[in-house]
Amino acid sequence: MERCALVIAGAAGEGIQTIGDIVARCFLRQGYPVFATSEFESRIRGGNSCVRLRVTDAPQNAPISAADVLLAVNPQAHSHFRRHLRRGGVVIAEEPIAGDGARVVNVPFHDLAMEHGGARIYANAVAAGALCGIVGLPFANLEAILRHTFAGRGAETIDANTVSAKAGYSVALEQSADRPAVDLPARANRYAFASAHEVIPIAAAAAGCRFIAAYPMSPSTGIITAFARHPEWNVFAEQAEDEIAAINMALGASAAGARAMTATSGGGFALMAEGISLAGMIETPVVVVVAQRPGPATGLPTRTAQEDLLFVLRAGHGEFPRAVLAPSDPQSAIDATVRAFDLADRYQIPVILLTDQFLADSRFSLDRLALPETIPGVRFADPDAINTYARYRHTESGVSPRLYIGQSRHPVVLDSDEHTEEGHITEDLDAVRPKMVAKRLEKTRRLRREMAQPFAQGIADAELVLVGWGSTRGAIDEAVARLRDEGRRVGSLHFTELWPLPEFELPPGPRYVTVEGNATGQLAQLLAAARGHVLDGTISRVDGLPVDAHTILKELE
Amino acid sequence: MSDPRVFRSDVENQWCPGCPNHAILAALEQALTSLGVAPHEVCLVSGIGQAAKLPHYLRANVFNGLHGRAVPAAIGIHVAHPGVRTIVTSGDGDLYGEGGNHLLHAFRRNPDITVVVHNNQIYALTKGQASPTTPRGERTRLQFGGVESDPVRMLATAIVHGCTFVARGFTGDRDELAGILRRAITHRGLSLVEVVQPCITWSNHSIDWYRERIVPLGADHEPGDRHRAIAEALRGPEELVVGVLYERPSQRTFAASFRERVGNQPLAELEATAVDALKERLAALRVEG
Repeated sequence: MERCALVIAGAAGEGIQTIGDIVARCFLRQGYPVFATSEFESRIRGGNSCVRLRVTDAPQNAPISAADVLLAVNPQAHSHFRRHLRRGGVVIAEEPIAGDGARVVNVPFHDLAMEHGGARIYANAVAAGALCGIVGLPFANLEAILRHTFAGRGAETIDANTVSAKAGYSVALEQSADRPAVDLPARANRYAFASAHEVIPIAAAAAGCRFIAAYPMSPSTGIITAFARHPEWNVFAEQAEDEIAAINMALGASAAGARAMTATSGGGFALMAEGISLAGMIETPVVVVVAQRPGPATGLPTRTAQEDLLFVLRAGHGEFPRAVLAPSDPQSAIDATVRAFDLADRYQIPVILLTDQFLADSRFSLDRLALPETIPGVRFADPDAINTYARYRHTESGVSPRLYIGQSRHPVVLDSDEHTEEGHITEDLDAVRPKMVAKRLEKTRRLRREMAQPFAQGIADAELVLVGWGSTRGAIDEAVARLRDEGRRVGSLHFTELWPLPEFELPPGPRYVTVEGNATGQLAQLLAAARGHVLDGTISRVDGLPVDAHTILKELE
Repeated sequence: MSDPRVFRSDVENQWCPGCPNHAILAALEQALTSLGVAPHEVCLVSGIGQAAKLPHYLRANVFNGLHGRAVPAAIGIHVAHPGVRTIVTSGDGDLYGEGGNHLLHAFRRNPDITVVVHNNQIYALTKGQASPTTPRGERTRLQFGGVESDPVRMLATAIVHGCTFVARGFTGDRDELAGILRRAITHRGLSLVEVVQPCITWSNHSIDWYRERIVPLGADHEPGDRHRAIAEALRGPEELVVGVLYERPSQRTFAASFRERVGNQPLAELEATAVDALKERLAALRVEG
């Protein structure tokens, strides 16, 4: 059940992320799951940014735009976001404004901050207080969260924030005394609250990642930043001069024995394409996070999209094996990260972890968030069991025993040219080249057999099946549930392992429609090309915002 | 001193007979032998081009990667396994052209690797186009009216950007080149050795023409004198100053703070990140009452 939805809107640099985070935690402390999304412009100051909080009884990790309360940090934020306000909603604003049917609660954020906290910077605490007051959250929650948030900044900061928040809280209460707040009785439920990109570095470190090189690019930058922030994880992190250097550094490190990764977005991945091909040729494991944003070219740097599926699948010249995994939420991202390192290692291939801005910046509430029970470590051959080492020794599986550079007395020879089993450059077109091509592609054949089936729900009786991949899972689940509530026989099929595409059945009967954050139906194209499944259409969202249930339902009307 | 035969490779050499690259190969083998290291303790890293084939002709670890990308690969190898002597050996087109930006940033990072640039002033494998070091005015198989850009002066650039070992060698004097390479390999921090390697197929000039332009550094040259070293590096193009132009101890090498924390073992042997700590980190994401 929906409890309430909030929009906290303002300009970049006005602290709306902080307000959103604090208020979200107040709800979580009350025992309610929150789904928090961020929309912001590619600028440091100004513009129209917002944080949306969706509060429900059970975790509902899917975006919505409609809101019951709009906290407008400045007048422009109000005019930009008021169209999202539901009938009978509340606007919290600093100045008196025309509510257009909405109830307006005036909270002089800055005056109260000066009066109570002694400085204008406490305006955010006032605003957070006002929001908690309007929805009827106990002030004790806010007090505790503020104490926790500003724990490292000293008692004075905590006190100033708390009295400012209290002032905002009281003013909001006074102005809404005649009106019931949201019904939010305290519950014992507790949730993990995280974005997918917050947990990918943790999972990577647990998987034994030892090296990351990356070039800053939205929305991927948080990945390398996490490693830099946690030197105790013993993962070497280097900001490369460009994405080309990043992937080549990672491959060098991997060849010398370190589990290695890089992270980027579509444009940076375009620069890495040659390196992906190199990884395929030298059969050296590497994990690449590709956090999608709308293109082409620079596109919309801080927005979301699913436009790079076919690109990551095809990037790199020549033919070589790779895997593409597209997690759908933070737990799925943990599992996919651990699996990415394992597949990269076992098949000696590049593995792409395909995320997007929505997964990078949205915080999900989950009952639990855990590392897998077993985390496979890196495997190398036993040098003592080898007489004469050949890095590309032919085997039935196409996977050769791997030693790393400097591991033992055996020199390791890697070559981007077509090479002999020993790794040396060759132009033997008869005896060597065809066998090496077959060796590399045998790995794709075997890998395909262990790729996960799409997650199917309600297919048996369905007349319509929504087919999705990656980050759209929550939106599709919500749309299916709402359609089922209306008595429509709708099911879903969701892919998180996209390449090599596993063998799977599409039971005849229902209409199959993909739901995608792109204009051309890339999953539909893939299913048609790779499996001969020609589907019945695509529901697209291409405005840079995440696919939500509303988009799907409107298209189906 | 190790047995010179340990580095011998049985891979067929594809270079032109008589190419001065053979002298670089011999000098490198001589330097490695004199250092007494074993093949598995050395990693030769290259890009693409005729020079970039060198690693196949010595028995050692080899990372023959992409055109222009030898330096970042070498940095990754060095960070992952600092016990291996990582030596980049590739052409001027590869390292100064396609990979010039990587080299520039490598100077800033100062990893403990050696970069040997086979400078033949031409793109040889692609049959005779200008390289970043071809002198202005030289006619080539692409720049028919003569090159209209000035050559890259990477040795001076290296010194300016904090590189602590900068030298030029000449294939016409293999013993001296071996000596320079030996010093470069033992130097702590990035060492750059540019080797004058006349192309016997595409160059407009003979080896003798180059020999006439070689100017050995004077006995009074002080390799610790940065300004003097830059001045020497900027001489030319009619004079090619040979010797160790610049050398001083590195204050700091790449990944030093990481290595001070974790020790010098290969990353593959580094103790695993405490999974319990990571589990705690995940648990901390739960918002408690």
